[in-house]
Amino acid sequence: FTKRKLDGETLQELEDLLIMADMGLDQAAAIAEAVGKGRYNKEVSPEEIREILAEEIAAVLAPVEKPFEIDSSKKPFIVLVTGVNGSGKTTTIGKIGAKLKAEGKSVMFAAGDTFRAAAIDQLKIWGERIGAPVVETKVGGDAAGLAFEAIDRAKAEGTDVLLIDTAGRLQNKAGLMAELEKVVRVIKKRDPEAPHLSLLVLDATTGQNAINQVEVFKETAGLTGLIMTKLDGTARGGILVALAGRFGLPVHLIGVGEGIDDLQSFNAKNFARAITGAQK
Amino acid sequence: MFENLQDRLSGVFDKLTGRGALSEKDVDEALREVRRALLEADVALPVARAFVEKVRTRAVGHEVLKSVTPGQQVVKIVHDALVDTLGAEAAEISLNAPAPVAIMMVGLQGSGKTTSTAKIAKRLMKREKRKVLMASLDTRRPAAQEQLKVLGEQNDIPTLAIVEGQEPVAIARRAMEAGRLGGYDVVLLDSAGRLHVDEALMAEITQVRDLAHPHETLLVADSLTGQDAVNVAEQFQSRIGLTGIVLTRTDGDGRGGAALSMRHVTGVPIKLLGTGEKIDELEDFDPRRIAGRILGQ
Ligand SMILES: Nc1nc2c(ncn2[C@@H]2O[C@H](COP(=O)(O)OP(=O)(O)OP(=O)(O)O)[C@@H](O)[C@H]2O)c(=O)[nH]1
Ligand SMILES: Nc1nc2c(ncn2[C@@H]2O[C@H](COP(=O)(O)OP(=O)(O)OP(=O)(O)O)[C@@H](O)[C@H]2O)c(=O)[nH]1
Ligand SMILES: [K+]
Ligand SMILES: [Mg+2]
Ligand SMILES: [Mg+2]
Repeated sequence: FTKRKLDGETLQELEDLLIMADMGLDQAAAIAEAVGKGRYNKEVSPEEIREILAEEIAAVLAPVEKPFEIDSSKKPFIVLVTGVNGSGKTTTIGKIGAKLKAEGKSVMFAAGDTFRAAAIDQLKIWGERIGAPVVETKVGGDAAGLAFEAIDRAKAEGTDVLLIDTAGRLQNKAGLMAELEKVVRVIKKRDPEAPHLSLLVLDATTGQNAINQVEVFKETAGLTGLIMTKLDGTARGGILVALAGRFGLPVHLIGVGEGIDDLQSFNAKNFARAITGAQK
Repeated sequence: MFENLQDRLSGVFDKLTGRGALSEKDVDEALREVRRALLEADVALPVARAFVEKVRTRAVGHEVLKSVTPGQQVVKIVHDALVDTLGAEAAEISLNAPAPVAIMMVGLQGSGKTTSTAKIAKRLMKREKRKVLMASLDTRRPAAQEQLKVLGEQNDIPTLAIVEGQEPVAIARRAMEAGRLGGYDVVLLDSAGRLHVDEALMAEITQVRDLAHPHETLLVADSLTGQDAVNVAEQFQSRIGLTGIVLTRTDGDGRGGAALSMRHVTGVPIKLLGTGEKIDELEDFDPRRIAGRILGQ
């Protein structure tokens, strides 16, 4: 618990810590500099350093902390879920469905991943778990057509929230991104205000490529917000800080496990503390 | 958004044109750019550090000091050192063991294990003319066993019948037995995704290992992984023992620094690259390609 000088060496150590949390070089340098400002060469305890660091990170994240909220005047409230392969889209849809059900809302899923083996079955099991109907089409079927049909069915049944799953796709695959663009276009045909939320699911273990992911999916799917999964591991998800600074997209939820309840609201302060290694 | 190393270094060395030999300070400045390039490519910090030291010893005293194109010289030194570290020798999947040879696939959730299992099975059937059986030990993720079954059906690869309620260790036992009785050359064991810090699941997979005695234990890892790659690879290596790495999603536009991190901390070769979602999108590892990518070239 000895105090130490907030000098160049200490600041470099802080910067390294942030780099190891996937914050990226520029953002890590900016935060370390902010920590040093006005405090350079002051004596501080390790706890104080952590606190200051967490505050600086939280300051960047605070503007993007936005709860996941449904506007009940929109019926159905349509949520499109996108992301690269394996990021956690289908699981997150299951968890969100469970949360909405617990709040007393009616939920419907659309199995928009018609490509990956057993992707439809996976979503159907989540549907059974929470008691939500699943709209599906045949394997290899048209995802845009399915979304259209699901909206009609949700309207007809008076469903509160429709969650649309999509196949995983890497953002540099032009063909697959064009297909996603078509899904969005068709949804808009049915309801010009929809999707009411267009969410990108990011895997916390992903490094700097997350920046490209957000950039391209934002363009293609008109993203309104982000969800970060797999924060129950040792990855810190520092890239969210860089993303917050760069895109300012709201972050709604975080995934902390594979179970139905392993979903939490994004909290800037807690997230910042976790990045610094302070207790969660 | 990222500059490649060549451009960065020419920035450093342009200032020096017309001067004689490089000072140690010049080399330092060049190595700072190398460090930046590695970190931007997601090479884990401790690995980047060790690598820069390796390059320093090679660069200092090297003819780079006299060269007219020091930038290119340094890039070449870095590139060669990357290829060395990544493993210049091609490493194939080894089947050099009594049949049925067990191959166990492990890794984090969603890394590409199931897809890679089917890809490898198909490759061994087609190229090596082996009789291959696939078995899913994933009793956790919804429809995980079904996924492998569908991949088997789509590609004419036999899969072990699904028995509801059977635990992973029991499934592995049944798979090895079916392998023996059915005269299979290879049994591929696809496991559930697990975190390297999940004690219970790591203990479970070591039980599977002790039962099946896999000849190959492959860590399937996403090439888009960031700094966490070192923790993951280190833990899987020390808890289970790996014989190789399969790097997936190399069809993305990631810089792939995780390859260097994982290779560095485990010492095991990267054996195969996943280059897409389809069954035949699997390639032999090519260190030159990954090295070029890490350097943004
Ligand atoms: N540890 C952990 N695992 C998660 C989390 N969210 C999802 N997973 C797991 O990650 C893996 C991939 O999740 P999916 O929901 O299938 O991902 P996806 O994005 O739908 O995948 P594709 O449809 O194939 O692109 C599964 O094994 C999930 O159980 C999380 O927050 N933590
Ligand atoms: N683009 C691309 N996608 C891949 C590659 N390998 C796997 N995928 C995709 O990544 C996603 C996850 O793959 P899986 O094989 O289900 O991953 P897993 O490790 O078995 O996942 P869990 O069992 O849930 O832990 C799927 O959408 C696959 O199609 C690859 O090399 N390139
Ligand atoms: K991943
Ligand atoms: Mg999915
Ligand atoms: Mg799997």
